[in-house]
Amino acid sequence: MAVRVMIPTPLRVYAGKRDSAEFRASTVGEALAQLTGEFDDLRRHLFTDEGNLRSFVNVYVNGEDIRYLSKEETPTKDGDTISIIPSIAGGNSR
Amino acid sequence: MASKVQTVTGTKPAQTLTNEEILRYSRHLIMPEVGMDGQLKLKNAKVLLIGTGGLGAPLGLYLAAAGVGKLGLVDFDVVDFTNLQRQVTFGTSDVGKPKSQAAQARLSNLNPDIQVQAFETKLTSENALELFQDFDIIVDGTDNFPTRYLVNDACILLGKPNVYGSIFRFEGQVTVFGIPGGPCYRCLYPEPPPPGLVPSCAEGGVLGVLPGIVGSIQAMETIKLILGSGDSLAGRLLLFDALGMKFREFKLRKNPGCPICGDQRTIHKLIDYYEFCGVRGEEAPAPNLDVPEITPREFKARLDRGDDLFILDVREPHEYQICNLQGHLIPLGELPRRVHELDSSREIVTHCRSGKRSAEAVDFLRKAGFRKILNLKGGILAWSDEVDSCVPKY
Repeated sequence: MAVRVMIPTPLRVYAGKRDSAEFRASTVGEALAQLTGEFDDLRRHLFTDEGNLRSFVNVYVNGEDIRYLSKEETPTKDGDTISIIPSIAGGNSR
Repeated sequence: MASKVQTVTGTKPAQTLTNEEILRYSRHLIMPEVGMDGQLKLKNAKVLLIGTGGLGAPLGLYLAAAGVGKLGLVDFDVVDFTNLQRQVTFGTSDVGKPKSQAAQARLSNLNPDIQVQAFETKLTSENALELFQDFDIIVDGTDNFPTRYLVNDACILLGKPNVYGSIFRFEGQVTVFGIPGGPCYRCLYPEPPPPGLVPSCAEGGVLGVLPGIVGSIQAMETIKLILGSGDSLAGRLLLFDALGMKFREFKLRKNPGCPICGDQRTIHKLIDYYEFCGVRGEEAPAPNLDVPEITPREFKARLDRGDDLFILDVREPHEYQICNLQGHLIPLGELPRRVHELDSSREIVTHCRSGKRSAEAVDFLRKAGFRKILNLKGGILAWSDEVDSCVPKY
């Protein structure tokens, strides 16, 4: 079951400059584990030392926030898109 | 959801348009979705823009042109040469002028029938509520996390909508917070990232057209709120990827446990947002690395003396193309696997643009056993200021 994970611009530098990656995974947690297994630098940007998703990083499955589904246990199926959306603040700066 | 905005009362609302205004706004007036009623709503609306930079430029221009009766502009910054690549309110002759004043002059010239008020001040927990009080809608076009949480909290405390937009390199996010029953910024992101984990625009860059597009979407949402028509972005996060030219949409929900808009509210007044975000200043401070340094002048003197110095440039290849000191290029991110290219018996001077990345490189190399290694203090920027002004700053 191929699931596509969309990597946001600010985090691409930690993911070999890729904008997405595909994995065979049956839950969101499995897909993210494979992603951070492949790109170790990404792990500390997505997860705390305790292994929890950081609170300024939101994860969506097909447009729905996993916080309101089953969090990292949220099941995924073939063709699903997981999006990682971190907070960004730019707008006015030099 | 079409959301009505509660307008600030006090002055008597305008009931008519002058003949000149009718001519100016004729392309609005002939649309049934705006018409005379809508144009009068715009004329009686009061919108406060936080930031007059990248996002503030299209916002100010379009809202002034559309006839929003009162526009407030909050910015304490001055126009910088590097702003002109995207902050299209300003011209070259504005460089050095306060942004709020330069924008006020430009917008008043665009539409003399509206009132444009400049607030040349930094938005703080002390002045935010008073500043917001006189406006119906707040539009967030700022550039840092402390101000974004401050704008959110002040809007929730006062019950005012917050039209939110943010950008990074070629990606943008837009939504509307603070609509009754809708989510707020803290529902979306309960906490900011720790300092230094997410690069700022100054480090990451931003494609000049991007704030134009994102700010224009904010302007559209603002006008829809005023007119009370259409489907607001409230409850939806719009993500725009300019390179892929894709718009994607994500559902936003009100978090029942939100500390400011949830059922069990724990925040009842504005707090210290720099403390909340873990920063004391505009941008995330450089990691506090205590590494040996050399000033540009000392470096120049040693080169002139013929000292054997190996110059290591840890910037990216596209930065090397802008200007360089003929150093050996190894981008900071590639240093761990390319460390064998360096000779630890030679004295090495490491540099980047500002001295921050090269300090990290020196720290890394010292831990790897390099002893004769120095960081060029202030990087290429300081070299240009103190030694060779022919080297361009960027």
